[in-house]
This record gives sequence, C-alpha cells and structure tokens, in this order.
Amino acid sequence: MIRLQNIEKVYRTDTVETLAIDNITLDIAKGEFLSIMGPSGCGKSTLLNIIGLLDEPSKGSIRIDDQDTSRFSDQQMAKFRNQKLGFIFQSYHLINDLQVLDNVELPLLYRTSSAKERRQLATEALEKVGLSNRLKHFPNQLSGGQRQRVAIARAIVGRPQIILADEPTGNLDSAMGNEIMDILINLNKNDGTTIIMVTHDENMAHKTHRLVRLFDGSQVQ
Amino acid sequence: MLKNYFKIAIAVLRRRKFFTFISLFGISFTLTIVMTSTALLENVMSPAYPDYNRERSLYVQRVTLKNTKEGWINSNSASYNFVKKYVSTLKKPEKIAFYTSGTNTNAYVNNKKILLEVKYTNDLYWEVASFDFLSGKAYTKRQIDNAERVAIISDRTRKAYFGDQQDVVGKNIEVDNVNYRVNGVVRGVPRTNRHFQAEVYLPYTVSKTGYDDQGVMGNFSVILLAKSAADMPSIRAEYQKMVDKIPVDKEYDKLYAHADTPWEDLSRRFFGSDDSVGFGKMLVMVSAFLLLFLLLPTINLVNINITRIMERSSEIGVRKAFGASSRTLVYQFLVENIILTLLGGLIGIVFSYVVIYIFNQSGYTPDLNLSLNFSVLALGLFVCLLFGLLSGVYPAWRMSRLNVVSALKVR
Repeated sequence: MIRLQNIEKVYRTDTVETLAIDNITLDIAKGEFLSIMGPSGCGKSTLLNIIGLLDEPSKGSIRIDDQDTSRFSDQQMAKFRNQKLGFIFQSYHLINDLQVLDNVELPLLYRTSSAKERRQLATEALEKVGLSNRLKHFPNQLSGGQRQRVAIARAIVGRPQIILADEPTGNLDSAMGNEIMDILINLNKNDGTTIIMVTHDENMAHKTHRLVRLFDGSQVQ
Repeated sequence: MLKNYFKIAIAVLRRRKFFTFISLFGISFTLTIVMTSTALLENVMSPAYPDYNRERSLYVQRVTLKNTKEGWINSNSASYNFVKKYVSTLKKPEKIAFYTSGTNTNAYVNNKKILLEVKYTNDLYWEVASFDFLSGKAYTKRQIDNAERVAIISDRTRKAYFGDQQDVVGKNIEVDNVNYRVNGVVRGVPRTNRHFQAEVYLPYTVSKTGYDDQGVMGNFSVILLAKSAADMPSIRAEYQKMVDKIPVDKEYDKLYAHADTPWEDLSRRFFGSDDSVGFGKMLVMVSAFLLLFLLLPTINLVNINITRIMERSSEIGVRKAFGASSRTLVYQFLVENIILTLLGGLIGIVFSYVVIYIFNQSGYTPDLNLSLNFSVLALGLFVCLLFGLLSGVYPAWRMSRLNVVSALKVR
C-alpha cells in the first residue's frame, strides 16, 4: 500500500544542516495499523508528514497505492490527499469559526458532491464517533476529547484508505485517550482503513499491529 | 462551497472587529467620495435642466489675445461687437444665443435687501435652452430691439420679492433702482450651471454698461446650437474660419476664441492650452489620480489581509491537508475579499445616499438636486470589485504558497 524507499530529509539554514530523517525504507501493508514511536525530535512527525505528502523528502521515493507521488503537480497532490488520505492532529486543528458539521464537511468541499450529500455524510461520520448531538456546536464549546472526535470524523468523512494520526491522544487524559484509540481500532478493524499513528504512549502503541521506533532520524526497530 | 466561504468570511469579519472597521471604513469612505463627486460632475457636465441640448452645443466663453514674442496675454469674455460683427455672420448654426456672465445686484423688499444675480441675454437664449416657464413667457426679439424693460425671474426670486403671490406677470420688480415688468417666471437653475443660472434675466439692450464697444473683449458668452450632432464639425470649421479672419490689434499677433463642448472646455482650462484641448493629458491625470486614490484603501486592505493570513495559518494548513489546491485557496480568498469589499460598497452606497441627501437639503447650491443614478451605482460596484481583486490577489497568492507543515505549526 505504502512503500518508502531510502527517505532522507535534511533541513538547511545558512549555517546549519540538520538531518531529520536518515535513509528510512518502510513498507506498510493495506489494512495495517502501524505506530511510530521515539523521543521528541527524532523525526516521527516529519516522517508522518512525508507519508501524508504534506512535506517533501530531500531524497528517496514514496509510492502510495502503486503511484509515484514525486511526480504529482499541486493539483494532483491536492486531489490525491483529498481522496486517499485523512489526517488527525494532536491539536485537532478545527476551524473555530465553523460549526462542527461544517468542519467535518470540509474535505467534501473539494469534491463534486451536493450540499445534501455532504450534510448526510458528515452527519454519519459524526454519528460514528458518537457526536451526533453536537452538530451545531462550535469547536470551542467542546471538550478536548470531543474536539478530537470531531477531527476523526473529519478525517474519515471522505472514506480515505489511509489515516495519518499525529499523537491523536497526546492532549487527552487516559480515559479520553482510550476512547479515541478504540474509535481508531474499530475503523481499522471494521472498515479496513490503514492507520499510521505517531505516539509517545507505549500502551497505545502496543494496541497497534506493528511498532516502528525512530532514534535521531533512523529506524531502530 | 460558496456558502461555506461566505460563513467563513462573515466569521473572520466578526472576529477582529477593529480590522474589519478599518477595512470597511476605507472602502466605504473612498467609494462615497468617488460616487458623490461623480454625481456632482455628472450633474455639471451632462445635459440637465434647462440645458438639454449640450450634445449639439458649442460654447464660446473666452477670447484671448497673445503676443507670442513678448509673452503678453489678454483674456476675457467676448464683446457684443465680437458677437454681432463676427459670430452672427455664421450660417451653419441653427441658433446663436448670447448672454453675459452673472452680475450681482441688489433689490429691496420692505427694506430688506435681496442679492440678485442678473444675466443679460438675447431672445434665442430662450430657445437654445428649454426653461420651464411657470407663468408668462420669454421676451421677444422685438422687445429686445425696443429695449423694453422686461424681466424673466426665477421662482426663487418670485418667492423672495413677491412672497407667496403666484401670478406676478405684469408686475414690476425693481432691480438696481430700475423698474422692470415681469414677463415670465422660470424654474430656478442650479448655480453649477453657469451658462443658465441667474435670478433675473434681462434683454441685453437694457444693460446699463455700454455693451456696444468696438473691441473683441467684453462680457458676453455665446452658444452655437447645431441642428444635429452631425453638423458640429462643419460648424466648428466655419467658426474657426471666421475666427482666423478677425483682425488682431498691433500689440498682439494671435487671437483665440474656442468654441468648445463642456468637456473640451473643462479639459482645456485645466490640462490643455490654446493650441490643444488636452484630452489625453486629462485622461492620464484623472486616471492617475483615481488610481492613487483607490490605491490607498487597497494597500490598507492588502496589509490587513496579510496580517489575517497569519492568523488563519492553521485553517490554511488544514484545508491544504484535506485537499484544497493552491488555486482553490486563491479562489476562496478572493471570494472572501470580494464579499468584504461588496459589504464596504453597500455601506458606501448608503453613505453616498446620506451625503447626497444632506447636500441637497443643505441649500448650499439652491435648485441643485444630485442623485445617484445607475451609471454611478454601476461605477461604484465596479470600483468595489476592483478593490476586492486588487487587494485580494497578492495576499491570496502569498497564502496559497504557505507550506502546510509550517502553516500547521503556527498557533
């Protein structure tokens, strides 16, 4: 499903060159739930961003669903992200000016679908994460756990094959974290969604199929 | 999609009320000025009561004598002699009206002084323009030839001099210690129309100042009315031929007396010379001024918009992550900006209405009724859209170039 080959990422300033990812090769199978762990600054999020096509590697290639993503134009990249990928961020990144339902509809705006269809799909996604009673609320009227569930609904509303979650439970207490984790496990199990999750939490990581450990930009496990 | 953009645009406007106020104020203030000045200019320059024939009229308002070697210039209105001896020989114009510029004089009613502006005219003056006669009629050629002391007065003069009496034709009005019989009452003309505005109109033959001098300079202006606009070139040619034949005093070597349309006159006064109307220069100067004037609120908007982009960095990151291309984001931002500017435009239109209402009510220029017509409104909307596009393009482009990862890092 996803094939990373000899990925390297270097951040350059005028004086310093920092190697964030050092020659990582990784295959992720369809339907797999993979977690990436490692100390702060080891390149976990950078790797996740590269897989999610949010950042470009300095070297190496990424193939997703048998397509070489390095040749994509801005338009193709946008379309690919919209149809194949879903993102969950540690700090939710909901748009505070929009109601929950509008936030969840967001990925569908960049597809050809009617307002009615969008509304229906967004409502279904919110039902899936148990928030069907909060459609008209604004994000700042919700708790952290609820916000993350809205973010999950937004990530799954377009039925992507891959979900990339960057510390989805990082800002939550353990009870809330477990709830979010259960939702992700169900998504993986029931819908066959491939999930790649960056986490600091060993317990969460052990609930996934496979664990990849990074240290100073290199894969150590 | 548009509904979503609209929601966001309104939410963003409400979020930073002070920025919003500055943006909206900038747009609406500029628009108000553009719209009211256009309304004023339109009123002054376009055919309006009683001067409905401007499209086929040429106005001679100035005679200039030049000594090009020494650099002497002598310029004034035309003399009666100039009109009689030269202009009246023209065959092409359908009608030739002539009149003096307004002279301020006094009248007294019940020991109260009324300041009146008087114009001396010929009989065709009343045919070149279409005055509304509320009562009575214009004086005739015979009355003028007989130097009859008759007057046409404006409705405002009737009110000021005769009070609430309506039927004043045949009554006497004393102007500058001379009694005139009222021959007719016309609806007043706004002060902005200097060719036709006066409170009292008298036959030129009753003028106290000797009108019958021999030079080319005096106190008269002329209107040459063509049968149709198509006749204008031939009238101009005949007129210029006539002017070229006028002998010039020894002291001077050139004589100019332009027969211009109102726009040509305006352009020549401010941007042209005796040898050129200066339309090109006027166009360049007015466009440059308008551009600069519009540029100020636009730069202000660009600035505010760029600041707002940083505030919305996370949103931009999220939208990109979930499939918005750079092009879509530029489109979204332009739509938002156009919504903002149209809102500013709407407020500007309301402001313009208020300003024009106050202007009309103030009595500062009596008989002048400005109005916002469709062309001014269309111009206003066009200006708004221009604002929206000008101020939106650069920030939108900057926004679309934001890197997703760094956009998401900004909190």
